[in-house]
Amino acid sequence: MPPVLRIVDLTVSFSHPDRTIHAVRQVSLAVAARESVGIVGESGSGKTQVFMAAMGLLAPNARADGHVLFGDDELLGLDAKRMNRIRGSKLSMVFQDPMTSLTPHLKIGTQLAEVLVCHAGKSWHEARIAARRMLERVGVPEPERRLNQYPHELSGGLRQRVMIGISLLCDPMLVIADEPTTALDVTVQAQVIDLLGAMRREVGMAMVLISHDLGVVADLCDRILVMYAGRIVESAGAVELFRQAQHPYTAELLKCIPGLSGPLLERLPTLPGQPPQPGQTIEGCAFAPRCARAAARCRTERPLLEGLGGADAGGHANGGHARRVACHFPLSL
Amino acid sequence: MSTLFGDATRRLRANPAAMCATIVTLSIVALTLIGPWFNPNSSETLDWSHVASQPALQSAHWFGTDRLGRDLFARTLEGARVSLAVGLVASAVSLLVGIGYGAVAGYVGGRTDHVMMRGIEILSGLPLVFFIIFLTVIFGRSVYLLFLSIGAVGWLTMARIVRGQTLSIRQREFIEAAVASGAGTARIIAKHVIPNVIGPVVVYATLTVPQIIMFESFLSFLGLGIQEPHASLGALIAEGAGEMEAAPWMLLVPGGLLALLLLALNMLGDGLRDALDVKER
Repeated sequence: MPPVLRIVDLTVSFSHPDRTIHAVRQVSLAVAARESVGIVGESGSGKTQVFMAAMGLLAPNARADGHVLFGDDELLGLDAKRMNRIRGSKLSMVFQDPMTSLTPHLKIGTQLAEVLVCHAGKSWHEARIAARRMLERVGVPEPERRLNQYPHELSGGLRQRVMIGISLLCDPMLVIADEPTTALDVTVQAQVIDLLGAMRREVGMAMVLISHDLGVVADLCDRILVMYAGRIVESAGAVELFRQAQHPYTAELLKCIPGLSGPLLERLPTLPGQPPQPGQTIEGCAFAPRCARAAARCRTERPLLEGLGGADAGGHANGGHARRVACHFPLSL
Repeated sequence: MSTLFGDATRRLRANPAAMCATIVTLSIVALTLIGPWFNPNSSETLDWSHVASQPALQSAHWFGTDRLGRDLFARTLEGARVSLAVGLVASAVSLLVGIGYGAVAGYVGGRTDHVMMRGIEILSGLPLVFFIIFLTVIFGRSVYLLFLSIGAVGWLTMARIVRGQTLSIRQREFIEAAVASGAGTARIIAKHVIPNVIGPVVVYATLTVPQIIMFESFLSFLGLGIQEPHASLGALIAEGAGEMEAAPWMLLVPGGLLALLLLALNMLGDGLRDALDVKER
């Protein structure tokens, strides 16, 4: 089965008057149908920009090179009209902050129905009925009343449910969720994660979950990609990744998750040092300055994202589950 | 259920000055519309037995007559009706053009915005009174010319205000979410941007009406605006100013009404600003 989304050698750069900043450097990835992929990385690692480029939501001074293939369509440079037919229907997005992502002066029902009127050509009356049904499916209590409420009358968790409902209205092939739980309370986070998992099983769409929270990703994703300084440094099945990280950066990230068992720590473990500045030119491995295992070779020669054992064991672009890591000295060796 | 306009109405009701202004404005509007039904005199009948007569309740002419024996009450109501109509129509035009122009310039941005804003600067650079005198000389005096020339400048500030608001709204996440849902530019401007700028726009529009009435009166006072036999408050004031010493009521009646109307409209605008814009409180 061909992948739903295929990104090949994507580079995203922002031009400033005095310099050019590379936010994403030659990222390639693929998302298979019904697959759930987690993208993990700290702030500024470029994880969001990869998918902003795919959705055509980059800032005006940004430039994207490479290919983003959604089904048979090349999304980079696609004209606005065709892009608008795809996004919101077959390719939809759930944003980070449900407090600000709903238009404040429009009733919930209108915002849901608008998507169906635009994309599915439904009448407002039909769209409203479908909107009501969707609110039920995403677990919004009293859907009939909610349709007539404004966003500010709903709690954060309910609004995120509404956002998820909006993203699912047109039976998308792929939903991109950009930190969907970051703006929510911890208890509500768990509910939203459960909802996303349940909806994925029910609708059967593929999902990309962008997060800096490994816990969230572990719950929901089949496969995890770890990004650092604009590149993918490790790609592995979720279970394998948590069992044995190969990239030192991933290993450090895993160590930073506070556990409920084990001794009570004085301080939470942190990763020393800072990620490289986005404008900085990097020779060698971007993580080398912070890496305990770094050798001379790491500072001069950039490691490629390869299957373990040297050769590119997984299909580079077919979304295979092969473990790949961009490190000269992966932890298992 | 609390909506923006529900809250605003409640706050406006709680503001006595604004409520007074509303009542006064509505009374003047009502008077200009239904006043003529109660006045036995028409504004065009010449009463040769009462030329330039004083205001007197027991006579037929409550506010007196002018030099030609026309009933001043009827004339003033007609003048107020014309002034209000000019103010409302020109404001409505400036509202439509200004919102459309400003929202497009602000949302589309980039080079389009540049070109559109330079256009506004050129228009606002015109010395208006000379421009109007010039047009009058070429095309002759007409009411439509007056609408056109007031309209040509009335929307400029509105467009600037809307553009500024749009620039900040464009950055908000719900716009990004709307783009991500596949909404086209036109739909986003019409459904997601413009309703959000309505607050400041309504406030500015209510303050535009008195400005335009004032400007129209000024033009008519100079003899560039509404022409005889039609009346506007400015034209009546100009006429009254000529007879100020002999017949002061000819100046005071239309002048008083104009002052009252402008005061009420300005207070109403201020009240609306307080009610709609929570930040300035």
